[in-house]
Amino acid sequence: MFELTNQPIDPAALEAKFRDGACGALVVFEGRVRNLNDGKPVERLEYEVFGSLAGKEGARILEEAMRNFAIARALCVHRTGVLEIGGIAVWVGVEAGHRGAAFDACRFVIDEVKARVPIWKKEHYADGRSEWVETVGPGRGN
Amino acid sequence: MNAAPLKLRLQYFAFLRERRGLSQEELVTSAATPAGLYAELSERHGFTLPAERVRVAVNGEFAELTHPLKSGDEVVFIPPVAGG
Repeated sequence: MFELTNQPIDPAALEAKFRDGACGALVVFEGRVRNLNDGKPVERLEYEVFGSLAGKEGARILEEAMRNFAIARALCVHRTGVLEIGGIAVWVGVEAGHRGAAFDACRFVIDEVKARVPIWKKEHYADGRSEWVETVGPGRGN
Repeated sequence: MNAAPLKLRLQYFAFLRERRGLSQEELVTSAATPAGLYAELSERHGFTLPAERVRVAVNGEFAELTHPLKSGDEVVFIPPVAGG
């Protein structure tokens, strides 16, 4: 399930949704707001979302993960609105029988979400300027 | 060479929204495809983002830039995304 929310993400509440006795692995990724990007001190982030299409594309990514990896369950929640440093911007949880598929699927979901879901991030810097930023590729940059 | 003008609904996000100065509008265009429409908007509003870096959604679903438009379509140009 893919969700967008303008409320703070509660990791404990999300993890509590994963209680499958047949699964030996739960892999969780939390994307947090960093205080520095590209050498510039960041004060806060703002996410803008094309809600209807973001929901559909996010759901498709989770369906692909279910199809392509030996996992039992996948969930992704992405924030909208303004976040302060340290805030959780995105949360991905994947439950599987074994750790390999859980790690692989979790990585797949976060990489695809960053590359495909119509969500935009504006960084507000300590010097008062702000800028829309761009994802530069899996595991690098933002 | 174009058929009758089309009446479209547009939504803008992120820096295209800021550049345009509004989040939605209706417009009448002689452009037949999103590619033609984006060229028209770029010229009118000074969008500096090249067309090859933009994706488009028509009626809430991703589409090709060559997708034939019809009156009443809702068109959204999607600048490079940056979730996470």
